[in-house]
Amino acid sequence: MMLRLEKRSQPSKLWNWATPVLAVVLTMIAGGLLFMALGKDPFAAIKLIFWDPLFNPRFAAYSRPQLLVKAGPLILIAVGLAVGFRAGIWNIGAEGQYIIGALCGAAVALWFWPAPGWYIFPLMVLAGAFGGWVWAMIPAILKTRFNTNEILVSLLLVYVAEKILAAMAVGRMRNPDGAGFPGSRNISQYPAAANNELIANTGMHWGVVAAFIAVIFTYIMLHRHVLGFHVQLAGQAPRAARFAGVAPARLVVLCLGFSGALAGLAGMFEVAGPARLISIDFNSYYGFTAIIVAFLGRLHPVGIVLAGLLMALTYVGGELAQMALRMPSAAIQVFQGMLLFFLLAVDVLSNYRIRLNVREAM
Amino acid sequence: MTEPLLAIEGLTKAYPGVIANSDVTFSIGKGEVHALLGENGAGKSTLVKAIYGLIRPDSGRMLWRGQPYAPNAPTQARAAGVAMVFQHFSLFDALDVAENVALGMDNPPPIRTLAARIREVSSAYGLPLDPGRLVGDLSAGERQRVEIVRCLLQDPHLLIMDEPTSVLTPQEVEILFRTLRQLRAEGRSILYISHKLEEIRTLCENATVLRLGKVVGRCDPREKSARALAEMMVGTALHQPEREQQRPGDVLLEVKALNMPAPSAFGTSLKDVSFAVQSGEILGIGGVAGNGQDELLGALSGELRSASAAVTVKGENVGHAGPNARRAMGLLCAPEERLGHAAAPDMSLTENALLTGAWREKLVHNGFINARRTRAFAERIIKRFDVRTPGPHVVARALSGGNLQKFVIGREIMQRPEVLVVNQPTWGVDASAAAAIRQALMDLAQNGAAVVVISQDLDEILEIADTFAALNGGRLSAKRPVRGLTMEAIGLMLGGAEGENDAAA
Repeated sequence: MMLRLEKRSQPSKLWNWATPVLAVVLTMIAGGLLFMALGKDPFAAIKLIFWDPLFNPRFAAYSRPQLLVKAGPLILIAVGLAVGFRAGIWNIGAEGQYIIGALCGAAVALWFWPAPGWYIFPLMVLAGAFGGWVWAMIPAILKTRFNTNEILVSLLLVYVAEKILAAMAVGRMRNPDGAGFPGSRNISQYPAAANNELIANTGMHWGVVAAFIAVIFTYIMLHRHVLGFHVQLAGQAPRAARFAGVAPARLVVLCLGFSGALAGLAGMFEVAGPARLISIDFNSYYGFTAIIVAFLGRLHPVGIVLAGLLMALTYVGGELAQMALRMPSAAIQVFQGMLLFFLLAVDVLSNYRIRLNVREAM
Repeated sequence: MTEPLLAIEGLTKAYPGVIANSDVTFSIGKGEVHALLGENGAGKSTLVKAIYGLIRPDSGRMLWRGQPYAPNAPTQARAAGVAMVFQHFSLFDALDVAENVALGMDNPPPIRTLAARIREVSSAYGLPLDPGRLVGDLSAGERQRVEIVRCLLQDPHLLIMDEPTSVLTPQEVEILFRTLRQLRAEGRSILYISHKLEEIRTLCENATVLRLGKVVGRCDPREKSARALAEMMVGTALHQPEREQQRPGDVLLEVKALNMPAPSAFGTSLKDVSFAVQSGEILGIGGVAGNGQDELLGALSGELRSASAAVTVKGENVGHAGPNARRAMGLLCAPEERLGHAAAPDMSLTENALLTGAWREKLVHNGFINARRTRAFAERIIKRFDVRTPGPHVVARALSGGNLQKFVIGREIMQRPEVLVVNQPTWGVDASAAAAIRQALMDLAQNGAAVVVISQDLDEILEIADTFAALNGGRLSAKRPVRGLTMEAIGLMLGGAEGENDAAA
């Protein structure tokens, strides 16, 4: 008896959407085993991560708003990445674009501080998007001019961005009234620049609004506009895309620029809101987690919303688990990593079916 | 009666929605060259895959020398003595001949021993081959030799050949046939799949004809005319392409001193290519694969850019323009590679209709795709060109080669091109689909378009073209009228000798 993979004549629509669910279930099982190995009750841990943040009255008041706070940047970055991934353009450096976007947004705020003005926040939005776009243009131009690998360049630029962040937090952007502590002024307490909750106790801030606008925009672009068609064509059949008149270089610039600008926006909304200020460890790896979100959501805008909320849940629930069960913080990162691992593994089901072969006598 | 080498009894294989083989029964004797005839989609590939262990039949049985034979994998088929040369080569350009041969063997000997064996076998069968050469530098005929030698090294009793001559020059076909006859004389059997009926008549002593998965006839092809064979295969009287003689009109496409470096390491650079095609004219461009056909198509489609004045459409320079600008001018193309170039394999036929039809069919308005119009356009192509598929929602790779080719060519013809360039329009397409495509190309010229047919099939060119030119090493010979052109003259043109004669004269 043996297992065999048989290629489907058409990719299965059912499995395309069932695999993320299956991956989540497998992650829960493997995660439970992991927690058991750490000496924790697996059922209690899983419940704490996936159920209590939403429905346990003790935690829900704090946790529910946190869900949107965490999901906002993840979704915003992930929809941008998904467009590039569909075209086969791999921006792995959203984390760096996120940092530079935050720095640019913060720079505008700190420049105007403490003057009032309605135009300051919109300027910060533009600066954030611009910063992320510029940081993404580096791998884009290197790829189109010198045919470098955008995966490598964008990834390595994350570490450059981290160094710039550290230098800014202790240098140019340090709070002059901060008694020498590293970190900038508190932007969320500067009314003209703050990105505070729009509706109290919901977690809803401008970044979440921007994420939903980006989702709708991307959905229309991918499914109704010829640009989305070209993106998918370039990803699936590059030669056919050239035959259809798609200029590969233009697409690289467009996709990297779009995902970079959205990542930069996410960083800017974060620094002016939930993160409050520029600090050395301001970045929280949303840029990397968004890659998991993009794939978990099948590179589809609506799927990404669901995946972003789920991933936010693991963040919020993970924090609870850290506090309540004294779980190491790395355990929750392992948990998120497993999700991507299982997703990629079970993905094979959407293009192949498994056949059980009973070997007959020759 | 002696026991056959391979007997197939009642073999049936169904795929979702289609029965590929239904109760197929036939046998191949020792030392027999047996032809398998049928249109695309008739079930030839499925049958051959079952014999080679790539798929398992649903029912029926196979007997190998009287013993039950049910290979689970090609390794088992090879162990029994079955070898196969595929229509599309599975070779790596960047590896040399010996390395490529080793990759396809179950237990390859050390490369030095293997190289000696390759030399030995290839010269014994009249297929000279240098084991140290890079496959990327070989012609299509030489690549096929690599595949054949790889099979022969396994000392097969049955050799399956799928459309082996479609990439060969007439001279190379001669060499191949000599080899096949030698193999037969040694008592080996050959299962020969081809749609070139004349070849089957000269080579094979038995033929099994398949239609829609069923055996519809058996015959000795030497006793039948090619036309009779084709009619057995199609089931109806075959339509011969025909058209009235056309008075040539204005020059619609002109290429002047086109030079282009090879786009890839294994490509061919175009050298000083010049030709002009008039309204109503079909220009056939012959040549062996790898002599610049792909590059010429790319230079005409706009995928490869050249000097602005090197390509002109209706007198306007388009050499610098991209594919869509050229489509707007009326210059449309259909490349050779259906999957991945002319069509996106995992996209639906509707999306593939959009791929080239966006501009001329007005399927896109302000950048937004008109889904209804696009679907209607795909449906029109399917209807007019008799593409056999459940509907336009089906992905391109689910179609058989012939059906997808009808769709791809149809997509361009439906857009009413003024200049149409096609590369290998009937490669791997069955007789009736090929006839339909050729007729459509001739109708197009009849209505005043200029048509360029790049093809390695000389019979095709002689059948439909008005003028002929040969590509050799990226150079194009001067074009000559097809009428009165002898096979010898064509051979000289293909060999590149014709240009020298002109210079001397």
